[in-house]
Amino acid sequence: MESTYRDILHRCFRCGWCKFPLNYTDFNCPAYLKFRFESFSAGGRMWLIKAWLDGEIPTSDRLGQILFSCVTCRNCVESCAMPLIKDQLVDLFIAARSEMVEQGIIPPMVRDYFKAVSVSGNPYRMPREDRGKWAEGLGLERYASQEYLFYVGDEGAYDELGQKMARSVALLMVRAGISFGILGEDEITDGNDVRALGEKGLAAHLAEQNVALMNRLGVKKVVALSPHAFNAMKNEYPKHGSKLTVSHYTQILKTFAAKLAPESGSGRTVTYHDPCYLGRWNGEYSAPRAVLKAVRGLRLVEMDRAMQNALCCGGGGGNFFTDMLGSGPDLSGRVRVREALAAGADTVAVACPQCYRMLSDAVKDEGIEDSIRVRELSEIVEEALGEG
Amino acid sequence: MERTEIIVQLKAIVGDAYVSDAPEDLFIYSRDQGVQEPHLPDGVVMPGSASEVVSIIRFAGRENIPVVPMGGGLVLSGLTVPLKGGLVLDMKRMNRILEVNESSHYAVVEAGTSQGMLDAYLRKHHPQLKHSLPDAPPAATIAGNIAIHGSGHLSQSEGGFHSEMVTGLEVVLPTGELVKLGSCSTVPAWFSRAPLPDLAGLFLGWNGTTGVITKVGIKLFPRPKYHDVLVYMTEDIDLAPMVLGRVIGTSMAEDINYALAPKPDYLRGFQMTVVNFTANTEEELAFKRKTLRSVMKDLYETRDSGFMPVPPNMKAGFLEAPQKALSKFADVRKGGGFEYVGAIMPIERIPDACRAGMEITARHGITYSLGARIIGRGNAAMFFFAYPFNRVDMDEVERVKKALEETNETALALGGIPWKTEVQGQQAILRQMEPGTYALMKRIRAVLDPAGIMNPGNWEVA
Repeated sequence: MESTYRDILHRCFRCGWCKFPLNYTDFNCPAYLKFRFESFSAGGRMWLIKAWLDGEIPTSDRLGQILFSCVTCRNCVESCAMPLIKDQLVDLFIAARSEMVEQGIIPPMVRDYFKAVSVSGNPYRMPREDRGKWAEGLGLERYASQEYLFYVGDEGAYDELGQKMARSVALLMVRAGISFGILGEDEITDGNDVRALGEKGLAAHLAEQNVALMNRLGVKKVVALSPHAFNAMKNEYPKHGSKLTVSHYTQILKTFAAKLAPESGSGRTVTYHDPCYLGRWNGEYSAPRAVLKAVRGLRLVEMDRAMQNALCCGGGGGNFFTDMLGSGPDLSGRVRVREALAAGADTVAVACPQCYRMLSDAVKDEGIEDSIRVRELSEIVEEALGEG
Repeated sequence: MERTEIIVQLKAIVGDAYVSDAPEDLFIYSRDQGVQEPHLPDGVVMPGSASEVVSIIRFAGRENIPVVPMGGGLVLSGLTVPLKGGLVLDMKRMNRILEVNESSHYAVVEAGTSQGMLDAYLRKHHPQLKHSLPDAPPAATIAGNIAIHGSGHLSQSEGGFHSEMVTGLEVVLPTGELVKLGSCSTVPAWFSRAPLPDLAGLFLGWNGTTGVITKVGIKLFPRPKYHDVLVYMTEDIDLAPMVLGRVIGTSMAEDINYALAPKPDYLRGFQMTVVNFTANTEEELAFKRKTLRSVMKDLYETRDSGFMPVPPNMKAGFLEAPQKALSKFADVRKGGGFEYVGAIMPIERIPDACRAGMEITARHGITYSLGARIIGRGNAAMFFFAYPFNRVDMDEVERVKKALEETNETALALGGIPWKTEVQGQQAILRQMEPGTYALMKRIRAVLDPAGIMNPGNWEVA
């Protein structure tokens, strides 16, 4: 592991601020919330990584579980009491995963994920030629020097809810008159979660491929469906020569929110769930809320844990695919939908395809489908438009 | 019984997910943040209910397995380190807030409830009420704190140590019976420690050596709308009792803290008396500010002392509870560690304690933060000798360890009582204790815990 990280491992006091949001409402580290052993807290992980590198504990399945169940949500970064080390916490955890990857000792579910991305070009093991099927029948243009490239990523291409979301966002952008094109089956995995799981080489390769493709096509501006792709393209791709201007789709829709606002609007009570890779990773809390606030009649309520304090859906850091957190009532997605219900919402608004799937499944697991539903942000706008 | 069989039995009680004997978990639970030697447990178990605690304790009693209850695990003095192996009972799954009585000003919480969660809950659901927060991080638990006679930001104004703010307990005895103590034993309310003599006292301040606390009734207090702080600076350590006495005498301070440290350089040699005060109206706040300033008037006119202008960012830190600054102190040596001796002592010994702390740290070549919180309207001070260290500098760790031992002896010699002290400190107290008192303590423990399974190694003569 790089000395930058080795040199701060011992500076964690294990005081436990990292377990909580800034308002201490409840445990806010999904891995700790689920497993509850001190070893699964950010502080415990710091001490264990040091012990592992010092040879005090062996490499083991349990260590793999502890390291790879971190969802990289950056709650610990937000709440850590140590200003001189806090910003590096998640990068350090990723570096420790990389160390395990390099030593070839990773959990089977993580290995399978890397294998799928390497061999099939996507974690779903779906045919590459199916990547563009989400857009069939919509009449969307292929990218050819329009203002924006709309990038939908693996979930937008292959996950049923992700496809629904990609179609809804695309149609709303059409309605708003935004000039954009898509890549269809030519899209390449963005690599954000590959990097988060510690496979630096593969992540770099995917970034280079994407940058080369977009340069070849003359893309200047990208609108990303997923906050994960948004994060990779905005913060990682510049290291590989990218000069792209990258936006999350909510940032584009915000500009058109007033134009899209329906006449009669919605009677819904909606709470917005901040995705970690849009919120804590990139500081965007206002754009999605601005879109929702533009819907007349919609009552926006906040959960106890909102914005910097948001509880991750549990899908971050590759867990969406590796499922290292497993199941049970303490799974953060389930805790999150219970929190949304307690806030008085009848709808949880999401702006990330991973959150969409995680929270939709959580509503089913909780058996509260009659009380609350999960909808992607553009669907809520479109729904209001349909009613208007 | 073999460890594998112990784990099987425990899993049958709490479920597979909440028991571990994995080396990684044993490593973490074998040590705390201080400088005490690690001791590996045989297993870690996390009960989800009082009935599960009963089953675990009965099993441990039958098999003669030591049990070490753990709350936030933040004592720094090794009190949750299993000195003789056995099980660490991590209580943090039991963190439900069961009741808040707005009229009678108490809350009932499960033992794993953290200070932070109760504070957040009260702010949201009962914003007119608050409880006394310790300086520990929000992960510290209510039950863990009362089990060590903790104190906090209302200990000066609202009745002393947090163990004195307890209105009732539910406890699993070392023999496996579940008992309720206080009014909750007789009526369905947790407002008082009556009837009977104070049986709750058998479980307060004993560091988990007499039973496992499963529920706590804790006093709540009004949360006034307005809050401010004054900082009085002195350059003469011997002024401390007088300055503190005058502030206490106004009956207007909520929290009174006294501190000195060698950093920052421009404040070296000065002592701060930090006075937090609250009010329900701006007029009341202004009146309190004026009164607190007026009692110092002759002092700052004739002595080298005065009120420090407090810039907004510094004021925000003083008003914060719990304070992140305390955790940040662990990084003073860029090494993630600090240790301290807390000593409950008479207020008049504060100057001598400050001098002793500076002498000890100079002798061992370590740095310090020294200070005190006033307890119970001036009945005592909780003095702290805090020594940061670099966790990977083993020479410094050894020097801090020696300084700690010396500080415990010094605190006793000054007429203080080392607080939540590590085993060496406990033994120093026992050496000085009246033999009759020690014998009584042993007899009580033998009655409560005949098999000697509860946190063994603590409060025992070497």
